[in-house]
Amino acid sequence: MSILINKDTKVLVQGLTGKTGTFHTEQALAYHGTQMVGGIHPKKGGSTWTGNVGDGTADLPVFASVAEGKEKTGADASVIYVPPAGAAAAILEAIEAEIELIVCITEGVPVMDMVKVKRALEKSNSRLIGPNCPGVLTPNECKIGIMPGNIFSKGSVGIVSRSGTLTYEAVFQTTNAGLGQTTAVGIGGDPVKGTEFIDMLEMFLADDATESIIMIGEIGGSAEEEAAQFIMDEAKKGRSKPMAGFIAGLTAPPGRTMGHAGAVISGGKGGAEDKIAAMEEAGIKVSRSPAKIGETLLEVLKG
Amino acid sequence: MNIHEYQAKKLLASFGAPIAKGIPIFSKEEARAAAEELGGPLWVVKSQIHAGGRGKGKFKELPEDAKGGVRLAFNLDEVDAHVGEMLGNTLVTKQTGPAGKQVNQLYLEDGADIERELYLSLLVDRTTGRVAFVASTEGGMDIEAVAEETPEKIHTLPIDPDTGVTEADAAKVCDGLELDGVAREDGMKLFPILYKAFTEKDMSLLEINPLIVMKDGRLRVLDAKVSFDGNAIFRHPDVAELRDLTEEDEKEIEASKYDLAYIALDGTIGCMVNGAGLAMSTMDIIKLYGEEPANFLDVGGGANAEKVTAAFKIITADPSVKGILVNIFGGIMRCDVIAEGVLTAVKEVGLEVPLVVRLEGTKVAEGKKLIAESGLNVIPADDLDDAAQKIVAAVKGA
Repeated sequence: MSILINKDTKVLVQGLTGKTGTFHTEQALAYHGTQMVGGIHPKKGGSTWTGNVGDGTADLPVFASVAEGKEKTGADASVIYVPPAGAAAAILEAIEAEIELIVCITEGVPVMDMVKVKRALEKSNSRLIGPNCPGVLTPNECKIGIMPGNIFSKGSVGIVSRSGTLTYEAVFQTTNAGLGQTTAVGIGGDPVKGTEFIDMLEMFLADDATESIIMIGEIGGSAEEEAAQFIMDEAKKGRSKPMAGFIAGLTAPPGRTMGHAGAVISGGKGGAEDKIAAMEEAGIKVSRSPAKIGETLLEVLKG
Repeated sequence: MNIHEYQAKKLLASFGAPIAKGIPIFSKEEARAAAEELGGPLWVVKSQIHAGGRGKGKFKELPEDAKGGVRLAFNLDEVDAHVGEMLGNTLVTKQTGPAGKQVNQLYLEDGADIERELYLSLLVDRTTGRVAFVASTEGGMDIEAVAEETPEKIHTLPIDPDTGVTEADAAKVCDGLELDGVAREDGMKLFPILYKAFTEKDMSLLEINPLIVMKDGRLRVLDAKVSFDGNAIFRHPDVAELRDLTEEDEKEIEASKYDLAYIALDGTIGCMVNGAGLAMSTMDIIKLYGEEPANFLDVGGGANAEKVTAAFKIITADPSVKGILVNIFGGIMRCDVIAEGVLTAVKEVGLEVPLVVRLEGTKVAEGKKLIAESGLNVIPADDLDDAAQKIVAAVKGA
């Protein structure tokens, strides 16, 4: 099993016809035949997109709207590569079309746009992953987003992270450790986002194939502390899985935004030490080195 | 992006917030005319720098017992004297660091008869994903200390974006600030105005500390700190014009031209990394092995050889850099492209300090081969641990 996506997931691409959308759709098609079923472009509906996959080419239909694309293909997911100024409108369109899983890769979406999106999500049944995230990948089944497929292997670790490249580090290390992954989810580095740690941890706890979990956070906000509290509360109900973690930004100066819009220590809050302490209190073993996340999990598993 | 107090006040006044009369001054010659225009009898001379704690700050060039960065003047001569002491000198506050910041502009403002000082701010609350008011009766103080010592005196109220600030919301903020009479009437008008300014201009922080109740019972915005969401500046050309480049680090300005996320730090090891999380972790691991990073630098997901070269030049231009660590996990970004960029940059700008390169991910073999065959003095590393140990050893050995 896995969470969020599997071999049956059908994916629409909003922003397919751009350079980034094209490149990553080709990569997704090449990854164990992820079911990319069409693209959306308001002015190019009815046309056909052709991409290079392996030694040949692949064609996808382009629809004028997400609603039309969903109706014609039965898509249950959408991935967004639309530039920042139009990203929120793209998400809102997907929510309107009742797409179950929306993954927004776009970096640089204005926070005030996300405040409106978050409100629309509350009133819908859609789940948004991101924005400013690398996407979701279930090994050998489905790749939505920009994660490099070649470092994954099918296995037992669920990975959830606020950082793209640190997700890759964790994936690579668990592959090398022989553990493999069930699903890796990059929830994104923005301050207001569709999905926080807790929802993903809940899904990993409920997923039978996921035997252990890696959680990677960073400075800014209090999502890690809230996740740690959730893990403690669940453990009291007898639900727990072995967990390792990592927090980026121990040396980050306060008040500076460290690349990710959400990675900032402000008002004396959101520092790495507090997050590490909260996670360790919840029984999550936190690696101090980003190179030893896999090793740390192995230690936890050995007891 | 941050702006100065006088700019923030002008912006808030344009939305209808109650602000004292004031005039920004950029040279000593402008001081007297500005003071005469305001008329007195009480003036406040305020240093305009992008850092808090100005009132308690000290000027480097003045004796220890000299007054701070915000001063009262009771006559025109005092205005002149303060302006003479403050303008052009370096103000050190708890937020500027020991180097301080040069005061290039002052704000001359009408003094106010203060009855009570309150705290009010708007920010984006991450947990609810909404704009929230933070209100406290403990104004004019360090709000972090208030939060620490008396958290019950801080009231937070998230606002539903569908409705904006309702009467009930505004009344709650008034209650939090213990406003009554005329001040309450002012507050009921002011809070929706502030919310409108915040959302329309894509602010990330609007802090009024203090908001004052004057002797006549009216409310006034006495200080204002405004930051904007950098991702939304593109739709506010009027806000973009308020940027003051003299407040920013030269290397950071240069980096922003190439769309590189760069932050200058105090250490000796220059870093070039892809991805914000990995870039922070690279800084952390340098520290873990006993050295300090000279910078944060995220070249981003789609970096090309040109960006890598620019990044390399910015790092090597920093005289405190004694060694460089390049750490790339190639996902979207191919390792051979990075390797090529690094080699081009090294050939172009020369290499006078040790350079450790760690590559992993897509096309890693090709990337490593390029570096090995370049004949340049580049130290290869296998993983991030190995890389950090090697660069720390190289810098300590030098």
